[in-house]
Amino acid sequence: MLELLAGFVNELRAAGLPVSLTENLDAMEAVQHIPIEDREAFKYALGATLVKNNAHWRAFETVFEVYFSLRGPQYKLVEDESELDAMWREMQEQLSQGQSQATQGGAMDALTPEEIAQLLMQALLNGDQAMMRALARQSVQRFAGMEPGRPVGGTYYLYRTLRNLDLEGMLEKLLDASRQQVGGELTELEERLERDEYDDRIEKFKQEIEAEIRRRLVADRGAEAMAKTLRKPLPEDVEFMHASRDEMVNLKKALQPLTRKLAARLARKRRHGRRGPLDFRSTVRHSLSYGGVPAEPKFKYPRPAKPELMVLADISGSVAAFARFTLMLVYAIQGQFSKVRSFVFIDGVDEVTDFFRGEEDLANAIHRVNTEADVVWVDGHSDYGHAFEVFWERFGKDVGPKTTVLLLGDARNNYHASQSWVVKEMRHKARHVYWLNPEPRSYWNTGDSIVNDYGAHTDGVYECRNLRQLEGFVEKLA
Amino acid sequence: MAHRFESVQQVRDGLRDVHYLADDGIAGVAFLADRLGKPVLVEGPAGTGKTQLAKSIAEVTGARLIRLQCYEGLDESKALYEWNYKKQLLRIQADRASDSWSEVHDDIFSDEFLLTRPLLEAISADDPVVLLIDEVDRVEVETEALLLEILSEYQVSIPELGTITAKQIPLVFLTSNNTRELSEALKRRCLYLHVDYPDMDREKQIVLTKVPEVSDNLADQIARIVRSIRQLDLKKAPSVSETIDWARTLVLLGIEHIDAQQAKETLHILLKYQTDIAKAAKELSATK
Repeated sequence: MLELLAGFVNELRAAGLPVSLTENLDAMEAVQHIPIEDREAFKYALGATLVKNNAHWRAFETVFEVYFSLRGPQYKLVEDESELDAMWREMQEQLSQGQSQATQGGAMDALTPEEIAQLLMQALLNGDQAMMRALARQSVQRFAGMEPGRPVGGTYYLYRTLRNLDLEGMLEKLLDASRQQVGGELTELEERLERDEYDDRIEKFKQEIEAEIRRRLVADRGAEAMAKTLRKPLPEDVEFMHASRDEMVNLKKALQPLTRKLAARLARKRRHGRRGPLDFRSTVRHSLSYGGVPAEPKFKYPRPAKPELMVLADISGSVAAFARFTLMLVYAIQGQFSKVRSFVFIDGVDEVTDFFRGEEDLANAIHRVNTEADVVWVDGHSDYGHAFEVFWERFGKDVGPKTTVLLLGDARNNYHASQSWVVKEMRHKARHVYWLNPEPRSYWNTGDSIVNDYGAHTDGVYECRNLRQLEGFVEKLA
Repeated sequence: MAHRFESVQQVRDGLRDVHYLADDGIAGVAFLADRLGKPVLVEGPAGTGKTQLAKSIAEVTGARLIRLQCYEGLDESKALYEWNYKKQLLRIQADRASDSWSEVHDDIFSDEFLLTRPLLEAISADDPVVLLIDEVDRVEVETEALLLEILSEYQVSIPELGTITAKQIPLVFLTSNNTRELSEALKRRCLYLHVDYPDMDREKQIVLTKVPEVSDNLADQIARIVRSIRQLDLKKAPSVSETIDWARTLVLLGIEHIDAQQAKETLHILLKYQTDIAKAAKELSATK
């Protein structure tokens, strides 16, 4: 048991979760109090002692599942699969009785895809968990066409299985069915609720299928190999430029609590830890009540200047996601700056500050930036040089000694003229000029990237590949 | 030491008896907290029953609940202990002539002149207690350190008196709304429990338990609508307590079956931002 847990903790650490020694010891003690047959309780016991951050829970679950699915049987951690098979046979029999078919053998492949679809629909309609599970198992077996030793990722099998099941069509059919059940039309509200309900069930079914595929892959390749392929970066470590759609959604979710924390931290930093210089006038004034002895020194109220921020972001395809996140982050904590203005460019440049003004919904504002801003000048390929030139012409006079300018982009200029003199001028007038680059440092200045041309004139070029780095930079800034 | 609970199931049943519906995670962690003698750090969105959990556990175990509400600026004298200066002064002045210095010194730093604050009170209590440290994320990082000794050793060191060790290990719950990252040191000493919005079935059960007048059908509808609303991208998703308030309102209004119009009119109980209400109202009436 000790070895088993030690291995598990190693696996967690490899997945990027911080597990300290005391936590490890706690986990070992905890499992002694939990009946090991109870898989859920076992999982929660490990979770409570090893994972101290909710954002890491998903990663923990995956590792748990993979790690214990193979070693499970000897520790009775896996539920009995024969039960599911038995249930499946029962379902099949019911169906064949109803239709009085001649296929009484009960062989697995006897059912046509239509019949499986019918069974699935029934299961979804009733929300029958066990039945859904059994079906997931069967459909993976039939449709995924898994071959031992084939070096294909789980997503491929997932795709193959889902293609055969046509879950989108299923939703409509389910809605029709519930309409019939009520015997007539549903009100709009009811329809909406039903839809959400079925969406939810279908989502659960998909997860069952994913889990089933994972189980089989583990059985085929071994837990170690699988754990490696399944190892996903934590949300704060996902790279902006290579995030999948799923990861994007998670990133967005992670952004909100992060901004809240960041704002609280910045406000606190501003309030504490600084004491203004002696306020002579006030000290003398107060000394009167002590008979002219300055017994109580008074200090000036500290008023740390809030920086004025100008964000100039490249929103061409390759770095759009990065610009979006930075803008969202900056606006979410705009209370920490005295003024925020934002500009976007591709080869033309446009001010988008107004989109954010009075708009409470940031996502909406970002959407407007992407659709309404006039940023294309010639061909819609990044031209930093021209964009900067136009920016300087139109808005350069607004850059003052209190302004901090943030330039966002990968500086891939498509071999246009760099016009780096603009950045140089900018630095003369502004308080600070920073450049944030979402590309890994090793790619800088390769190909058409000319970060150094610009970077030489700024106060610093920062690599900002993920939320963690972005957060670190913004904290430094405010 | 005698344990408070026999099994996870017992925790769960006990909590159900006091109208708190726990899921696997909650019951399991509460059970472990008792067995390992470790504090529990409960995190999650506002209004999901974090504080209520501590209260209910206290009720189940028949223990006294001692609550420390955290806020910015909380310090030792409000959390741990304080010397009763006025009484000490009185003592010194009462018999100025007779006592020698050392006698007075020993005398005024004794139990009699100590004002116990929640943390010390929980430690020195003779009867069973549950200690609730509420919204621990509100105190500054430096103040967190105050808690460390009590959380890991269950003792409080008072320079003038020595160390006071707990007579019995109390159950400790810390709650946090996650407005800032708590320090590693604090997290390491605790079991971690994340309480999220309940799933639909559990929410329905909660509504049924808390608002007994509600019909099964209505509770079902409430739970489903709330789930749909939570899926929207809102500033503040409705909490469980708001769901319960909504259920009460509907019962008071005598509504048996919610239609879109009624839902829209009572949305302001679930949602507290104008933009959220507008968004939800739009979403609820529009079918995709």
